[in-house]
Amino acid sequence: MAKKKRDNLKIVVVGHVDHGKSTVIGKLLYDTNSLPEGAVEKVRRIAKETGKPFEYAYLLDAFEEEQKQGITIDTTQIQFFTDQRDYVIIDAPGHKEFLKNMISGAANASAALLIIDAKQGVQEQSKRHAYMLSLLGIKNVYVVINKMDLVDYDAATYHRVASEMKEFITPLGVTPLRYIPVSGLAGENIATASDKMPWYTDQPLLVAMDELPGEQQEIDKPLRFPIQDVYKFDNRRIIAGRIEAGKLAVGDEIVIWPSGKKTHISTLAYWAPRDRKNKGYAGQSVGITVRDEFFNKRGELITLASEPAPHISNRLLVSLFWMGKTPLKVGKKYRLKLATQEVEVEVESINKVIDASSLDSSDDTLKEIKLNDVGEVILRTKEEIAFDTFRENQGTGRFVIVDGYDVTGGGIVNAAEKSVAETIQPAFVKDELVARGELFDEFYYNVGNNEVAKSSSNHQVYAEGDAIPLTGESYTYPANFDVLVLRDKVSILIRDGKVDTIQALDDYKYTGAPLVNGRGFALYIANQEDLQNMLVSYDQLESSDYRKRVEFANRYYSFGRFRKVVFDFDYII
Amino acid sequence: MAKGQMDHLDQLEAESIFILREAYKKLGKLGMLWSIGKDSTVLLWLAKKAFFGHCPFPFIHVDTKHKIPAMIEYRDRVAKELGLDLIVHTNWNAINAGMSPDKGRLACCKALKTEGLQQVVNQYGFDGLIVGVRRDEEGSRSKERIFSERKKDDSWDYVNQPPELWNQFKTDFPKGNHIRVHPLLAWSELDVWEYIRREEIPIIDLYFAKDGHRYRSLGCECCTGQVESNASTLDEIIEELKNTTVSERAGRAQDQEDSYAMQKLRREGYM
Repeated sequence: MAKKKRDNLKIVVVGHVDHGKSTVIGKLLYDTNSLPEGAVEKVRRIAKETGKPFEYAYLLDAFEEEQKQGITIDTTQIQFFTDQRDYVIIDAPGHKEFLKNMISGAANASAALLIIDAKQGVQEQSKRHAYMLSLLGIKNVYVVINKMDLVDYDAATYHRVASEMKEFITPLGVTPLRYIPVSGLAGENIATASDKMPWYTDQPLLVAMDELPGEQQEIDKPLRFPIQDVYKFDNRRIIAGRIEAGKLAVGDEIVIWPSGKKTHISTLAYWAPRDRKNKGYAGQSVGITVRDEFFNKRGELITLASEPAPHISNRLLVSLFWMGKTPLKVGKKYRLKLATQEVEVEVESINKVIDASSLDSSDDTLKEIKLNDVGEVILRTKEEIAFDTFRENQGTGRFVIVDGYDVTGGGIVNAAEKSVAETIQPAFVKDELVARGELFDEFYYNVGNNEVAKSSSNHQVYAEGDAIPLTGESYTYPANFDVLVLRDKVSILIRDGKVDTIQALDDYKYTGAPLVNGRGFALYIANQEDLQNMLVSYDQLESSDYRKRVEFANRYYSFGRFRKVVFDFDYII
Repeated sequence: MAKGQMDHLDQLEAESIFILREAYKKLGKLGMLWSIGKDSTVLLWLAKKAFFGHCPFPFIHVDTKHKIPAMIEYRDRVAKELGLDLIVHTNWNAINAGMSPDKGRLACCKALKTEGLQQVVNQYGFDGLIVGVRRDEEGSRSKERIFSERKKDDSWDYVNQPPELWNQFKTDFPKGNHIRVHPLLAWSELDVWEYIRREEIPIIDLYFAKDGHRYRSLGCECCTGQVESNASTLDEIIEELKNTTVSERAGRAQDQEDSYAMQKLRREGYM
């Protein structure tokens, strides 16, 4: 290609409240002529209306609430250009209460400017933000010592603040590449060298920014291709997703995790003629077709057979930051999203809680992690997942935690812990066949809080020949019926109130007897064909796709045929 | 540049395709707002790429009946050519009650666009709406998330937006709320035009200068002004944008009504 491609850099500006982040950015935009004339005019008009002095910060703090209060509430991104490259500059709020917005901004960046007020020195959020940068894996950091005009451009002050920050940040594994003194307000040492600070002989901020390394896609790492979706719009069956790392090509032998099944790439799909290709690289959104079409679904991770495999486990040692109003608690169930995988997760143990602004770690209160704190935790996922450590691969080594409707935490994987088998409460056992027996659970309507709850008090294990309780408080089964425990892939034939046969689900043929699932819900199935259809749809369900699971349940399950809800009070809760 | 390294437009395209696929997979009933302008035309193109020539959701045009007539002709022609599933909706109740820009520009936008859109969302029960807004258009859009939740009444809780990290978007929300999906949020006006040139995307000719004027942003005829320009080709438009300091929406009268006009409109559900 004849034309040289310009490179890009996304750079986040962080630091303590009022240390001048938005002002430095505003000045950078102004000095690079990146502002439309309307923008500056509008800020002048607002300054006049509110009787406040002209603030560059208003260029970014677009919300009325931000301008009236003179603070940055939410993060924003603005493009600007130098002769060298295209920048996206990300403004991040400095208030502690908006830390989640700061993290949202910083998570998108690959470099950072950490702004410190020369007069005030290193403050709480300077430290907390520095810690977050280390957790987010942002290595290219400049510390910008701002408001040098307030300290008469004094070299000693600059050196004192710089060494204070250095002392805090070095143990975090972040080595700032430069410490740059500026005055955002006076525009000193921003675009051009300042004659007020002859003692500073390094580059001014804008020139130094051009020397930061540009964004690199992770092409030289092993292939990590998480399946985002599988399309069957036409006769092609296309596995779609974004390549997180590495490269792939037509003919490559691939492995699909966590199952470990192998096949080969047949084609790379495309629509526009210019996208026709037979190789794909990190960063690209692609679609592939494969030679052997076994069932693939979102969440699986594709790698190359010739390259290192990911970790497969249900236990992960992680560092995480917590953004939830209610603390993260041991034993509570959340959902984990890692690349395109989504799985139920609980906190097995909290090893360490760290106050991100002092690096003080406590070992005594290890039951929870509070808002804005950081911790080292062992997570246990309900099913095994495929992942890397963050050090090995960023895209497949980081995750978020969802509580209810909200993302309340995020973090990075430090190590894979030894997987443990899911503990299941067996109810039916024959040789290696083990099935859960929630069909004996009771359903209560609690008149105390008007909620329905489920309780399991029957911990019996049944073998062939054993009699089962056909009637409980909230269920009545017929003497003859068949149980399909779909999760455990086991079927049980009950005849005359006794366990007649325990067999693999694959060996089950429709018998004409009433059918229930493992939870005692009657199945709407009238023949072998219905049964086949149900099993096929069940196999296609993804544990995290609640919408599809609800559809499936409404299509196939009847709660009321053998079950009911009985009124009770509180003792079960 | 090393083999496989992506340039600026490659990165924007890959990111937008990822977002579209995420919306299609994770949101239930999905629709794409189609305003006929350059941004929604690029969105349509990206959807074709994301889904390998298919568009697996309907396109929605909220027609205020004040649009520039050429836009409506273009809309109907393109929809027919591409076989789009197109929903056209007009808030006739408001128009019949006499709503027009004479009643105040912001009131008119609110009734014919915001409420019109709300009616479509409720009528079809959309869980997700793909919208082509960009951060560089104006202040309140610069603060948007890629997946941005709207309450049942379409309101936007903009001072308390959820975290959005590493392409993990907000896909969990109570029934009745919906998500505005913004695949072009990171694009600039210049990016859009450079992409149109690179991909040779057909575009409505109102953007090209005639007699020393052209439209830079398209909207209702009454509230959309032209800019002085002689840019009659893609190359000339791109060259013009590289040198201009006039903002893109300078010709959009509703923006100039109040310092926080867009924020106020968008808080209530404007696109």
